[in-house]
Amino acid sequence: MAGRGRGHRTFSVEIVGIGKGENLPPSSIQPTPLFPPLDQKPVPLQAGEEAEYMLALKQEFRGAMKTLPFYIRPAAPKKDVERYSDKYQKIETSDWKPDWRRFPKELRVREKRPLRDKSPAVPKQTKQPRVNKEEIIRKLETLEQKEEEGSSDEEEGEKKKPEEQEAEGEEEYDEEEFEDETDYIMSYFDNGEEFGGDSDENIDEAVY
Amino acid sequence: MTAQEVRLCGLLLQEHFGDVVEKVGTHLIRSGVLTLRALAHETKLPLDLVKKSLCVLMQHGMCAFGAGRRGPAGPVEYHIICEHILHMLRYPRYIYTAKSLYGDTGELIVEEILQRGQMTMSSTVKTVADRLTHNMPEGQSMDYSEVVSAFSRLVETHFLQRCPPMASAGSSSSEAVNTPLPVWSTRMVYIVPVKIELMHKCQGKRRRSSEDGEAEQRAAKKTKTDNSERGDEGIYWQVNFQRFHLHFRDQAIISAVSCKLDQTSSEIVRTMLRMSEVTTPAHAAFTQALSANEIFRALPFSYNIARPILDQYLTLLVNDPMEFVGRTGDSGGGMYVVNLHRALANLARATLESVVQERFGSRSARIFRLLLRKRHLEQKQVEDFAMVPAKEAKDMLYTLLSENLVQLQEIPKTPDYAPSRTFYLYTVNQLPTARLLLQHCYKTVGNLIERRLYETKENKRLLEKSQQIEAILASLQATGAEAAQLTEVEEMITAPERQQLESLQHHINKLDSSENQVDETIFLLESYINSTQR
Repeated sequence: MAGRGRGHRTFSVEIVGIGKGENLPPSSIQPTPLFPPLDQKPVPLQAGEEAEYMLALKQEFRGAMKTLPFYIRPAAPKKDVERYSDKYQKIETSDWKPDWRRFPKELRVREKRPLRDKSPAVPKQTKQPRVNKEEIIRKLETLEQKEEEGSSDEEEGEKKKPEEQEAEGEEEYDEEEFEDETDYIMSYFDNGEEFGGDSDENIDEAVY
Repeated sequence: MTAQEVRLCGLLLQEHFGDVVEKVGTHLIRSGVLTLRALAHETKLPLDLVKKSLCVLMQHGMCAFGAGRRGPAGPVEYHIICEHILHMLRYPRYIYTAKSLYGDTGELIVEEILQRGQMTMSSTVKTVADRLTHNMPEGQSMDYSEVVSAFSRLVETHFLQRCPPMASAGSSSSEAVNTPLPVWSTRMVYIVPVKIELMHKCQGKRRRSSEDGEAEQRAAKKTKTDNSERGDEGIYWQVNFQRFHLHFRDQAIISAVSCKLDQTSSEIVRTMLRMSEVTTPAHAAFTQALSANEIFRALPFSYNIARPILDQYLTLLVNDPMEFVGRTGDSGGGMYVVNLHRALANLARATLESVVQERFGSRSARIFRLLLRKRHLEQKQVEDFAMVPAKEAKDMLYTLLSENLVQLQEIPKTPDYAPSRTFYLYTVNQLPTARLLLQHCYKTVGNLIERRLYETKENKRLLEKSQQIEAILASLQATGAEAAQLTEVEEMITAPERQQLESLQHHINKLDSSENQVDETIFLLESYINSTQR
């Protein structure tokens, strides 16, 4: 609309006050900075007894609201470590009860009855001892069978003894190995028990 | 609800009631009206938490419920009352006003009721008496009757009011529809229940002997059984914010008069406002007409103003360009009224001018005032009237224009709005500019709160450490430790840490006081905008 009529500009900026050839401030290409420098410093805050008292009231009110039951936390805050200061931060965790005559009944939170929770747990407990008993009985039976087998083979008892001895030796060796739970063979390790034996004569020297 | 208001409401809810209530509240503000199930579904929070949040909001008067769109047979719908959330900014001011008018007792009563939203009179009196006794020296205890009298005075002057009865609470039976609601007369709102059975004296702090102990035990048992028989069950009291706002408005007018004229004139205006407190309805444009004779009789004795001098002062007030007081008749020595709406408009105008002055300088303020007075001016006229050189005037006008404080009005000479044949006039409209500034104020308070939360979060570790050390010190002092141990514990905070803590506390105090101060501006602008809407 402004450019019709072959280049005749009908809107001249002179009307709004900008003269011809005047230096206009450069057009900004980016958004204004987040904290622009202020030309005028802001007026200092009101200071006085009233202002200080209201400040104290405000902070106390905020602190008090955090301890009241109206401050709803999504779940009990998990403490990583029990803090010493927890003893001194009393929080009223008891829920307040609104007057239900004045509030819609649908907002009532139904409390779970503890009886319902207990009944499914009881059969579980009775089942577990039964299972344990059965397992114990089975184990006893297998052990009995093993004993019977062992007692019937008395002829092979001698053969068993060296086997047992070897087994014991192996066991002893195994025990030594497994004592320290390491992969290294015990004989390579020097306890250092023989260290002090040589220097019994020279007591004056310092022992490192 | 503008975006800034919603943001500020969210921050206030989070600070006072936690994240859950904040989520529920902001969602409900944005959606308008919702049922419980829709709200739970959309916020994806567990139903129990949503129920609790709604209960908390309703207890504090920020949420209301009513029959839904499907009528009483359908589910209940909830909506948020945003103004009550924004009033939370002003709570310290309410408490301080109660203290200045009714002493510590009044202060604690208002504080308790603000913290709990709604309370019965008996529970308020008991809690406040306990708190006062706790602060008193040994052996003394607070008499319940003093607290009751303070409570009654607060009710008589309308600072506290009864909570209105709720509509049929969710039970959608046909009976509820048919029984009419009890007639809720405005008089009942301010009647204190007479039959209250309370223990007359609060229990002292220490038990002196076993006999006293037994008596107290018996008394304690009695109070437990008496809880249900207090006599004022179901009568809940809440703070009457409107009354406090009227009080603040009166205070603002009186201080403006005392600044502009002098102390005596402000006393006269104060007397006039006090006399017409009860007779003037809340949204009246001016007070009831008072004759000069009545004002003379009602002036406080300490001022000793002679009758002719009073007349002179009244004439001075009437002729003042601020137009606080107006003359409406001649009977009784002259009938005078206080122009409330005009006073509010003038106060708002002064606020706008002050904002422009502090942000852009005194010459921009001069141009702004000029435009407010002369309504429409051309570029050339602005330069001439404001006595500012052309280039600077242009610069200032464009700055104000870019901030939207000044508008450009086109007046065409020809019907086709040709730019060369159109007048371009600068103008300022007070009401839209006031609304704009109000939104800026909301944004400011939101920024202040966020900055405070940021500062607290940054130094969380340090704050926790100082809290722990204070707890240790407190326990050590309680068990009677030596001074050496105490100093050892105190030294656990190093000097630079102590300095950091101090500067953090200083920052937080500054941010908090700034919030209080911005709230005063918010109050003025809100009152002005509300006065124009009726």
